[in-house]
Amino acid sequence: MKQFAALIEALDRTNKTGEKTDALAEYFAKAAPADCLRAVALLSGRKPKSLVRSSMLRQWAAETAGVDQWLFEESYHVVGDMAETIALLIPHNTRGSHTGLEAFMQQLIALRNADDEEKKQFITQCWREFDYYEKFVFNKLITGGFRIGVAQQLVVRALARVLNMNEAAVSHRLMGNWQPEQTTFEALLLSDSQSDRLSQPYPFCLAHALDVPFDELGPPALWQAEWKWDGIRGQIVRRGNELFVWSRGEELVTDMFPEFKLLLDLLPDGTVADGEIIPWKDNRPLPFHVMQQRNGRKNITAKILKEAPIVFLAYDLLEHEGNDLRQLPLSQRRALLEKLTAAEGIERVFKLSPQLYFETWEEAAALRSNARQELSEGLMLKRHDSVYETGRKRGSWWKWKVDPFTVDAVLIYAQRGHGRRANLYTDYTFAVWDGETLVPFAKAYSGLTDEEIREVDAFVKRNTVDKFGPVRSVKAELVFELAFEGINPSPRHRSGVALRFPRISRWRKDKTAGDADTIATLRTLLKLYADKPVEE
Amino acid sequence: MRLLEFTTSGIYCALGDFYIDPWKPVARALITHAHSDHARWGMQHYVAHRLSVPVMKQRIGSGISVQAVEYYETLQINGVTVSFHPAGHIPGSSQIRVEYKGEVWVASGDYKLGADGISTPFEPVRCHTFISESTFGLPVYHWKPQHEIISEINEWWQQCAAAGKTALIYGYALGKAQRIMQAVDESIGPMYVHGAVHAMNEALREGGLPLRTPSQLNASISKADLRGALVIAPPAAGNEAWLNRLQPCSTAGASGWMGLRGARRRMAYDRGFVLSDHADWKQLNTAVEACHCERVIVTHGYTSVFARWLQGKGLQAEEARTEYAGELHETVETQTVTTDTDKP
Repeated sequence: MKQFAALIEALDRTNKTGEKTDALAEYFAKAAPADCLRAVALLSGRKPKSLVRSSMLRQWAAETAGVDQWLFEESYHVVGDMAETIALLIPHNTRGSHTGLEAFMQQLIALRNADDEEKKQFITQCWREFDYYEKFVFNKLITGGFRIGVAQQLVVRALARVLNMNEAAVSHRLMGNWQPEQTTFEALLLSDSQSDRLSQPYPFCLAHALDVPFDELGPPALWQAEWKWDGIRGQIVRRGNELFVWSRGEELVTDMFPEFKLLLDLLPDGTVADGEIIPWKDNRPLPFHVMQQRNGRKNITAKILKEAPIVFLAYDLLEHEGNDLRQLPLSQRRALLEKLTAAEGIERVFKLSPQLYFETWEEAAALRSNARQELSEGLMLKRHDSVYETGRKRGSWWKWKVDPFTVDAVLIYAQRGHGRRANLYTDYTFAVWDGETLVPFAKAYSGLTDEEIREVDAFVKRNTVDKFGPVRSVKAELVFELAFEGINPSPRHRSGVALRFPRISRWRKDKTAGDADTIATLRTLLKLYADKPVEE
Repeated sequence: MRLLEFTTSGIYCALGDFYIDPWKPVARALITHAHSDHARWGMQHYVAHRLSVPVMKQRIGSGISVQAVEYYETLQINGVTVSFHPAGHIPGSSQIRVEYKGEVWVASGDYKLGADGISTPFEPVRCHTFISESTFGLPVYHWKPQHEIISEINEWWQQCAAAGKTALIYGYALGKAQRIMQAVDESIGPMYVHGAVHAMNEALREGGLPLRTPSQLNASISKADLRGALVIAPPAAGNEAWLNRLQPCSTAGASGWMGLRGARRRMAYDRGFVLSDHADWKQLNTAVEACHCERVIVTHGYTSVFARWLQGKGLQAEEARTEYAGELHETVETQTVTTDTDKP
């Protein structure tokens, strides 16, 4: 634990990606292979489930620290992180633990079926013996919230350096649903055996938002345009007589979309396609909230299949007849993809995402301005000669989204944030006018600069009208422009609307509360742009 | 009527007709220390500790009317007995003791109990009512002794020097900067201070405080001289263009807020050193016990938490609303906290 905690401390200590990579590489070079495997698993989001209920943990922590429960809770509100709160409140020991990370994880796993008393004994003993960072890391492991701000790319880079491999190869090997319990460091990263890689998707190629002028893009003829669809980006992997559906979050979602089962017969063996999983009816997408009905559901009823039929709009072909195509130009990959989508009966669930015709950038811009009517988020621009890159790269792929909707709203409630925003009022609720009263209609957490956050935080602290637990109501004074991607009716909200991806686009210091928009503005947008509600 | 009251202008003594650290212009203001949220512009007459006077003249204006006092010196103001006692916050910082007919109140301003090498250490003053800050009034705040933090800073500076980098540390221009300046190991390399720190150094020296004499950072210092140097600057300097001249450099923040991971990440320094001029949780509790008071009035900080905690221990404790930076402290020198009274 000491070694792993020291790694986390080193990662925490610096903002420089070079130094973070060095720390990771040093760990991978020195730690035992089993510990390396576990570290890679933890740092790539394969976190253990929580060991005890949070309420129990809070109680034991307050008891061990010798503080009242209410004082523990107040501390938690300020620190904004349970693992850190406990680590700070319990006095530090310097003895620490020399048990290796994997051996320690095995102890935790063995404890899973123990009763509360046994768990308490183990946990409180660890608390008393560990130093500060060990306690912090240990708490992260038992609360099921292990998330340390280290980009996957740095883990890849460090492993590549230590193992003397190229980054794309490491990145590919870390994809998919491997679990540390079922593999070894050797098998995961070094072995040649492909049998356990049957389900493995490729790292997604991602686009940056378009931020360069057209003349830098060169002639339009070099580029292909397609709609930027608003579903779930995914990969369909058909290998060895099995079919796997992956979401961009590297989640295996095969069972959520039984529609795709028939692709087992319709796609040739050794096929991997990149595309959008999206509800589709009468030759156009259904609104995004239809998709939300499917999210997280294992039990897909006939009713859902009928109301929210799903298709895969294919963008790209990454593997064909077992060959990795990613280094071929897009035009060639696309030609092969077109052949696949021509197969008899496949179009019910597997369609080619259409290319849009344009000759000038002005025509492309006109297409983009029409995107909302097509229920799309905008355009994707890709060079015909582009390879399929690993990760987010600039230059040959761009996303060009439509401008968001905006309204001016008044800040009325604020709550302290978590993580790097802990102890600052950063989570805001906004309202618009309905006659003489302000109706809350949206929460937003992002969009302000650190400087602005500090300013708003100071305002909140000085202008608190009332406190409800961690929430403060504030004087209705500050006006912000909120941007959002969509609007839908919502009987659950007092305002009657629900916004999609609301965020703060700017602080309207030039406006007073009285200048903010009214509920009528939202209702007009609702009438014009709301996705049609699903028929019950 | 209470001996001291919290009014819209500040902490007021009606019997003596004076204010302590007022935030609106008044006739007579007693000042606990020279930080800008306690020593404000616009008072007709100030009374402050000798070491606060040159700093206030520097910050508020050389023409202010101010009476300098020493620790323990007693003043009679309209029949009320007043004296200043060490608060250990920054050089010259004072707890102000107010006595009338045997009843004693102490307004402590900001304070800390740990020795910092430049301020006269905090001394408990027996009283009936103690007015206490609570900037770090939660048990998650726990300070290590200064020498441990200074060794961490020395170690970091040494690493920077070995890597040919400048070590740039941010700390408040008044107090924190001098504390670091006096305690670090000068044999590691040259030391420079930002203009704002330099101005405070001059003022403190004028008041008689012996301080080291690092040069002020300016354009004539070559880039080569800055390699391996320690530069001390106020947090507000973080956006200034001259920082580019210091590259390659490693940045650090020295503040009690650095005790929380969220704040460390937010401030985005390479290193965060937990070094505060305020009392931590333990020190707040020690201070309250040591003055044997019956009642505590909690000002700026986690007021409701600390008051509730003290009530649980059987003390009379209440919150008071003030305009001291307290909760805002993280930002107080990185942005101008404007109130009506700040504007001349």
